[in-house]
Amino acid sequence: MKTPFFTTVLAILSKDLQAERRSRDVLSVMGLFALLSVMVFSFALELDRLAREETISGVLWVTLLFASVLGFNRSLALERDQGNFDALLLAPVARSAIFTGKLLGNFLFTLLVGAALLPLMSLLYTVNMLGGWVIATTIVGIFGLSTIGTLLATMTAQTRAREALLPVAMLPVALPFLLTAVNATKGIISALPPAEWRHWIELLGAITALYLALCLLLYGFVVEE
Amino acid sequence: MTRHSALIEVEQLSKNYGLKPALKALDFRLERGRCALLLGANGSGKSTLLRLLSGLSKPTSGAIRIGGWEMPREAMAVRAQIGLVAHRPLLYESLTARENLDFCGKLYGIPGGERERRSEALLRQVGLWRRADSLTRSFSRGMKQRLSIARALLHQPALLLLDEPYSGLDQRAGTMLDGLLRSALEDGRTILMSTHQLARSPDFASRALVLSRGRLSFDGGFAPGELAALYHKYSQPPP
Repeated sequence: MKTPFFTTVLAILSKDLQAERRSRDVLSVMGLFALLSVMVFSFALELDRLAREETISGVLWVTLLFASVLGFNRSLALERDQGNFDALLLAPVARSAIFTGKLLGNFLFTLLVGAALLPLMSLLYTVNMLGGWVIATTIVGIFGLSTIGTLLATMTAQTRAREALLPVAMLPVALPFLLTAVNATKGIISALPPAEWRHWIELLGAITALYLALCLLLYGFVVEE
Repeated sequence: MTRHSALIEVEQLSKNYGLKPALKALDFRLERGRCALLLGANGSGKSTLLRLLSGLSKPTSGAIRIGGWEMPREAMAVRAQIGLVAHRPLLYESLTARENLDFCGKLYGIPGGERERRSEALLRQVGLWRRADSLTRSFSRGMKQRLSIARALLHQPALLLLDEPYSGLDQRAGTMLDGLLRSALEDGRTILMSTHQLARSPDFASRALVLSRGRLSFDGGFAPGELAALYHKYSQPPP
């Protein structure tokens, strides 16, 4: 008898949150990297207001991308290190439920980093990044990165060179997210009319939905030997 | 799990890792309610066989049926009936002993009250009740092994696959494990257990399977005290 999908998802998610609350294994690495990264960019790019508006969205998304790679790697490596992934695979649960549980954990951790980055960057770059549309774009973009990141981190966690392999595998695949999210965020921050950036958000949402469907379908193949 | 009288049926089972064969054309059956010991030198294929039987690995060729269900194609039907103690403890170090069992119970769909009751009973049986709320990372190897055994028994599986379950256990914990396995057999469970500890083979085991270089070199009953002789006669170290 198969354990219900949502029971499995909630069990994995609450286990990840509980473990992270104690160990801070994932959030500490992601948070520290993101903080250092925006600080370095802030000092390196001494820009006027116009140039800041042009570049800040790129800084935000590149920082989020690399921070999330670190987090996904850590999150899945913790499953592999003690053989815990085998325990998940042994249980009578759908592979898509394992994926969704891990995805939600990764999404929440990256979202927390994003939630800290937006006010910090508003302060450092003196550009308002706390508007509703910027926040909405950040949520959708992070969810998209988490879908593909969870799938790829599961694949690379099985290899010895996983720390190096995940960024190499993820950067090309994450490019559609990066392009659409950067363009949407830039348009919003520059106070362009919604007609000039709304399609980027729609495209970001469509790519996220497509990747989510693909990942749900492919995860079973990825985790089987 | 009532489709066949033999719980495990293995036919012409082979497993290769790349070009290297790990198991070669194994054939055996294990009846319900029996305990069989799996013997062999390091690298003879014991862990590979247990992974294949648990559905964690796919055979290169041949067939495995557990309770009549074909593995790994119909694995979902029998997953809830298999308990595995592997080389690694399959435990989360950032969770307590109780939380590890609780998480495992949720994955197997055991309802909340029943989950708590079974967890408490098993933690008492494996002698970890006093440490139920300690983080697993603070446990010794033997304690992790005991918790791992409790995890494998939590969902009351019909088939127990145990890979070196006595490793890391002291004499007292070994005796405790004997008691647990004996009562599991009395409950009608089937046990396949790999071991290197020939001197303390459990008296409830009635059959031995010896693997040698990936082949089944012996399959049959044994008399008390005969295990070491069987092992030395039929087991060869890998080339």
